[in-house]
Amino acid sequence: MLDLSKFQSQGVETCFHDRHIKPQIYAGLNGSNWHLQDYEARGGYQALRKILDGDAAMPGGMTPDQVIAEVKASGLRGRGGAGFPTGLKWSFMPRALPVQKYLVCNSDEGEPGTCKDRDILAFNPHTVIEGMIIAAYAMGISVGYNYIHGEIFEVYERFEAALEEARAAGYLGNNILGSKHSFQLHAFHGFGAYICGEETALLESLEGKKGQPRFKPPFPASFGLYGKPTTINNTETFGAVPWIIRNGGQAYLECGKPNNGGTKIFSMVGDVERPGNYEIPMGTSFAQLLELAGGVKGGKKLKAVIPGGSSAPVLPASVMMDCTMDYDSIAKAGSMLGSGAVIVMDETRCMVKSLERLSYFYTHESCGQCTPCREGTGWLYRVVNRIEHGQGRADDLALLDSVAESIMGRTICALGDAAAMPVRGMLKHFRDEFAYHVEHKTCMVPQYV
Amino acid sequence: MSSSPVNNTAAQPVVAKLSEATLARFDREVAKYPADQKQSAVMACLSIVQQEQGWVSGEAENAIAAHLGMAPIAVREVTTFYNMYNQQPVGQFKLNVCTNLPCQLRNGQAALEHLCQKLGVDNGGTTADGLFTVQQCECLGACADAPVMLVNDRQMVSYMSHARIDELVDVLKAQAK
Repeated sequence: MLDLSKFQSQGVETCFHDRHIKPQIYAGLNGSNWHLQDYEARGGYQALRKILDGDAAMPGGMTPDQVIAEVKASGLRGRGGAGFPTGLKWSFMPRALPVQKYLVCNSDEGEPGTCKDRDILAFNPHTVIEGMIIAAYAMGISVGYNYIHGEIFEVYERFEAALEEARAAGYLGNNILGSKHSFQLHAFHGFGAYICGEETALLESLEGKKGQPRFKPPFPASFGLYGKPTTINNTETFGAVPWIIRNGGQAYLECGKPNNGGTKIFSMVGDVERPGNYEIPMGTSFAQLLELAGGVKGGKKLKAVIPGGSSAPVLPASVMMDCTMDYDSIAKAGSMLGSGAVIVMDETRCMVKSLERLSYFYTHESCGQCTPCREGTGWLYRVVNRIEHGQGRADDLALLDSVAESIMGRTICALGDAAAMPVRGMLKHFRDEFAYHVEHKTCMVPQYV
Repeated sequence: MSSSPVNNTAAQPVVAKLSEATLARFDREVAKYPADQKQSAVMACLSIVQQEQGWVSGEAENAIAAHLGMAPIAVREVTTFYNMYNQQPVGQFKLNVCTNLPCQLRNGQAALEHLCQKLGVDNGGTTADGLFTVQQCECLGACADAPVMLVNDRQMVSYMSHARIDELVDVLKAQAK
C-alpha cells in the first residue's frame, strides 16, 4: 500500500467533534477506539447479553417477539432513505419457515451528499455488528452480509477486522455466547454502481451479477438473496438497535418526536463552514443543525437546501428554515428526509448548473433496464445541459416537465423517480432562474455571467 | 482491431495463469458464500486481479470464470457494469476525482481541472510516462471531505486543495516503481 497517510481523513472534522446533540452511535468516538474492547467499555454487546442471558429487568432474556416489539416501540425508521418502520419490516420475515434466511446490511452509501455510514463503519463498526446479531436473533436468521460501498475500501477492510474480533470473542459464529443462536456474518464490497444502493439491485450484485433491480413483488422478505427470505436494513438502522435494546424502545422514541424516534445522523455538505456528520435528535430544527455546522460558508446568505441526498427535491431557504429535521416535517414541506444528506447552497449558486451536474449523475448511473429511465435521464441531462450552455429553447421547461412526468412511477426501481424529483423540485421553486437562462442565454446569478 | 484485449469468439478462450497466492485470495472470498453460490465472489476476485495486474484482461476474466464455475460472458457482464473495473490498462496511479454536486460546491470540478492541467492530460487520459491516469468519477461517499479523490481504487484522499494536489503528485512520484 502507498503511504498516503497525510492526505487521509482522520474523522476529526466529520465525526469526533463536540457538535452532536445527545449522540448515541457517534458518542465517545475518537478514531482509535473502534476495537472490540473499546466498544465493550462503552457498554457494547450488553444488548446482546441482555437478550440471550437476561438482566435484572428481564431475567430470562428476551424472546424474538419481545425484541421486535421493542424495536417497534422505539419508532425506529429505516435510515437509508425510505424511512420504513424497522420493527414492522422485521415482523414480515417468515421466521418459522424452515429454509435458509438471510440478513443484509446496506452500506452501499452512494447517495450524493451522504457520508454518515462511512464514519459509523470506520469508527464504531461493532455497533453495526451487534445490531445485526440482534436482528438475526429476532428473525431466526443464521447468515448475513454487509454490502459496503466499493469506493470506501479502507472502511471495508476495517469492518473485516472488526468481524474477526467479534468471531474471536464468540459474538459471531456457532452458539453465540453459549446460546442456541448461531450467526455467520461476512463483508462484501461493491465496485462503483450507485444503483446497488437499491435493495434488489444490491441482492443481484451480491449474487455476482450486474446490479439491475428486480421487479417487486415478490419482496425480499419472501424472495431475496439466492431466492430466499431476506431482510435488508441500512447501516445506521442496525447501528441504532443495540442502544434501543439496552435503554428500551420508549427511551429511544423519547429522544426524537412521535413517529420519528431517536437520533439521526445528518451529513452537512456543500456551502457550510464545517462540513461533517452531525448526530442530533429527530425533530431538531434545521436552523439549529445549520448553526452546528457553522452556518453558511463565508457568512453568505442561504439560497436553497437539498435536504435528503441528491434525489430529494430542493427546498428554498425560506421553506427550509421553518423545517425540523424529521421525516414528517420535511415531507410536509414537499421534499424528503432521505438518507440524511443535507446539501446546502448559498446565494451565489446557479440552480441550472447544479441541476445539470445532478442530471448527468442519474443518466450515468441508470442501469439501462427500463426505457423511461434509460432514455428519460439522458433527455433530462441533455436539455438541462443546453439550457446551462445558452442553447435553451423556448419550450424546454415544458419539455423537462413532460420528461420528468413520463419517468415518475414508470420504472422498476426508484432511480427513475430519483432523477425526476430534483428536476421537478428545481422547476417548482426556481423556474424563473431556468426561464432567464433560456431567454437571456446566460445566468441571472452574477458570479456565472 | 489489432491488439484488442477483449476476449473474442475464438473456440478456445485464452485463460490467464494465476498464481497460487492469487487463488488463495480468491478462495478466502469464495468461503463467505454457500458452496453452490461461488459466483458471489466474482466482484472481489475481479478487484483482486485489478489490484495485482492493474486492469482486468479478457484472459483474467476467463481464469476467474473457470475458478468460479461461471460462463466468461457472465464475468464480462460484471466487469462492464461496475464503474471501477479497468477494462484497459491504466497508469500506475489511477486518480478518480469526484465532481458530483456536493463536491462541485466545494471545488471538486476545479480540483479535477487543476490535476489534469498539472499532469498535462485530459479527463480520462494517462500521462506519457505511464504514471498517472485521471478520471472524473461519481460520488465516492465522502462528501464532507470534498474535494476527494480515490487512488488506485483502495485509498481515499481528502480535502484536496490545489496545494495538496501538487503535494500528492510529488508523494506518488516518489513512491513510483
